[in-house]
Amino acid sequence: MTSIILYTVITALSIGLFAAIILYIASVKFKVYEDPLIDEVESVLPATNCGGCGYPGCRPFAEATTKAKDLADLYCTVGGMEVMEEVADIVGLTPVEHEKMIAVLRCSGSDQARAKTTEYDGALNCTLAASTYSGESGCQYGCLGMGECVDVCDFNALHMDEVTGLPVVNEHNCTACNACVEVCPKNLFELRPLGPGKKHIRIYVACMNEEKGGVAKKACDVACIGCNKCVKVCEDEAIVVENFLAYIDFEKCTNCRKCVYECPTDAILDVNFPPRKAVNPNDAKRNAEKEAKKAAKDDINLMDRVKEPVKVSETINTKKN
Amino acid sequence: MLKTFPKGGVHPADNKLSANVPIVYPEMLDNETYIIPVSQHLGKPAKVVVKRNDKVKVGTLIAEGDGFISANIHASVSGTVTKIDHQMDSSGYRRMAVSIRKTNDDWEEDIDRSEELVEEINFTAKEIIEKVKKAGVVGLGGATFPSYVKLMVPEGSKAEVLIVNGVECEPYLTADHRLMLEKGEELIIGIRILMKALEVDRAIIGIENNKEDAIEYLKDLCKNNTQISVEGLQVKYPQGGEKQLISALLKKEVPSGKIPVSIGAVVHNVGTVYSVYEAVQKNRPLIDRVVTVTGDSLAHPANYMARIGIPLNRLVALSGGFPEDTGKIISGGPMMGKALNSVDVPITKGTSGILLVADKEAKRRADYDACIRCVACVDVCPAGLEPYLLMTLGEKRLWERANDEDNMECIECGSCSYVCPSERPLLDYIRLSKTNILALKKEQLI
Repeated sequence: MTSIILYTVITALSIGLFAAIILYIASVKFKVYEDPLIDEVESVLPATNCGGCGYPGCRPFAEATTKAKDLADLYCTVGGMEVMEEVADIVGLTPVEHEKMIAVLRCSGSDQARAKTTEYDGALNCTLAASTYSGESGCQYGCLGMGECVDVCDFNALHMDEVTGLPVVNEHNCTACNACVEVCPKNLFELRPLGPGKKHIRIYVACMNEEKGGVAKKACDVACIGCNKCVKVCEDEAIVVENFLAYIDFEKCTNCRKCVYECPTDAILDVNFPPRKAVNPNDAKRNAEKEAKKAAKDDINLMDRVKEPVKVSETINTKKN
Repeated sequence: MLKTFPKGGVHPADNKLSANVPIVYPEMLDNETYIIPVSQHLGKPAKVVVKRNDKVKVGTLIAEGDGFISANIHASVSGTVTKIDHQMDSSGYRRMAVSIRKTNDDWEEDIDRSEELVEEINFTAKEIIEKVKKAGVVGLGGATFPSYVKLMVPEGSKAEVLIVNGVECEPYLTADHRLMLEKGEELIIGIRILMKALEVDRAIIGIENNKEDAIEYLKDLCKNNTQISVEGLQVKYPQGGEKQLISALLKKEVPSGKIPVSIGAVVHNVGTVYSVYEAVQKNRPLIDRVVTVTGDSLAHPANYMARIGIPLNRLVALSGGFPEDTGKIISGGPMMGKALNSVDVPITKGTSGILLVADKEAKRRADYDACIRCVACVDVCPAGLEPYLLMTLGEKRLWERANDEDNMECIECGSCSYVCPSERPLLDYIRLSKTNILALKKEQLI
């Protein structure tokens, strides 16, 4: 009886020893050297793997920092300067300050500003809807409002506003990871600087409509009509109009807000500014016009047009003409 | 037992309301504006070669094919070019189009407008291909692929048989059916032209068995011709798919990722064949096509020989106007057609039909049930895929996995969505994966 136990223990021990020797030899022979700094850098990174830095995840970014000669192009948008200082300490380089960016939605065509012309009842996915047709309103550049951007946001920085039907960016949560920019089939998101001051003021054109003014305005009350008024009033030459669409270069813009007052359709948004002091004399007149138009537009939809009596004056003719 | 394709398929009610209505030639009204989009085909949009206020005749080239896969666009009416601008078309987007206001009825001089049948084919294969290209002929079955490209057999392959697609498996549509009955003689000459261009000595016309009169008529026409045969097929959707028709007629499968000519088959739709006849024998470019205008509540469902660019409204008006209960307007058939978001769109080369669906039938459910793993979708998939799995992968945005599960083999026939008891939008998500896989492939990430 004891001998059986003894033999069993000896056999088990010798198998274990043999396996240990093989494992040891393998670990020495096939050892891959890895910079211990990579682990260290990775431990200070936020571990969100969002890809905002341009690398597929936090570890590839850590690897890149250990190999880099300077940190000019390497910046963790989630951790910001705090994390970058720690990273810089570990790899022995100086961190380079990057401006804090935020995603902005370049469309303000809310359900109120854009009359619906059709109704979509396919699967609720923006990319899919965009491959089928131009959208429920007359504007083919605007937001489809199905919230694919909300689905891909890992930081809870986006939600759909139930009243306007547009996604809203949460300034505090947005890390400028680029996920919404990449997923939006209408290319409506852009990363822009969060803006100067305690309140982070910024100005941008919230429209991507490249149609001529008349067509754009017909589809949406707050569309950029390419009238060039903002270009004329801008003293910093920050605004360019291309394909009937204005774009404000954030590197040149000084947030003077002149264009915002000038814009006849309110397509230029000023975010976090104090309320307007000077009242534009055109405002009252413009608002009245807008109200009247909106009232008229509410009645129009596809089905109404379909039900209009159709001319049946022509007779059916079977002869080739 | 009649032939059919082996895998999957469904049997929707065929509702061919306009099968007995002869093709109508709509009267051309003066001062009516025809909108002719420059992108009516698969491939690059054509380049506009006319200017505003130019006078054009019927058959004048207004946009030239740009690149290998592209097609010429011709004026379908004579008059004045009033606008070259973005216009809404059946793609659902505003795209470049030439608007022509009809003022008179001048035709380009080299077009033969007589009704006479030209039987003799006096052209070489090369000349035929050149003429087909010049006339801007594209596949009229729906995919609108430039036809001349299909006639140029790539090196290493050899065409052995020409298959003429007269299946018309989509419910409601009768355009091809009427064309076969009314233009049978022209069709047979068209087939001979294509056989000469492809250098093949065998052609099969595949027609589903619900069009017995067309089968009889064409059989009668080719009884003295040993090279062309007419084959009646079982009624099953989607038999009109290129790969399904080949496997039904030849019992051969086109390998994954290959084109049909790799197994010696070239497929052309009957509409295309008729256009080829017109292009080669009569010098008449592709300026009109047969369009079925139909719908359960429509007063007079009918088939029209419609000029390209005629407003959709006009054809519906000829059929008695939009019924009160119109809920959805579909370009094409109910299975693969596409809902339109405007009633102001023109008829283009790809419009095989206009279907007006009643309000109560048009709406899809806003929410759908969970998949119960009944595999009805797997049973009916003619491509042999697992749609329930592909949809889940699409919902979870796992494009690479979807690609591994052969998502790209989907022919988008919609049979899976048709049979799903939970009414899940299977095809929608398969299409979504397709879009994303194509984008990834373009960046060479998979």
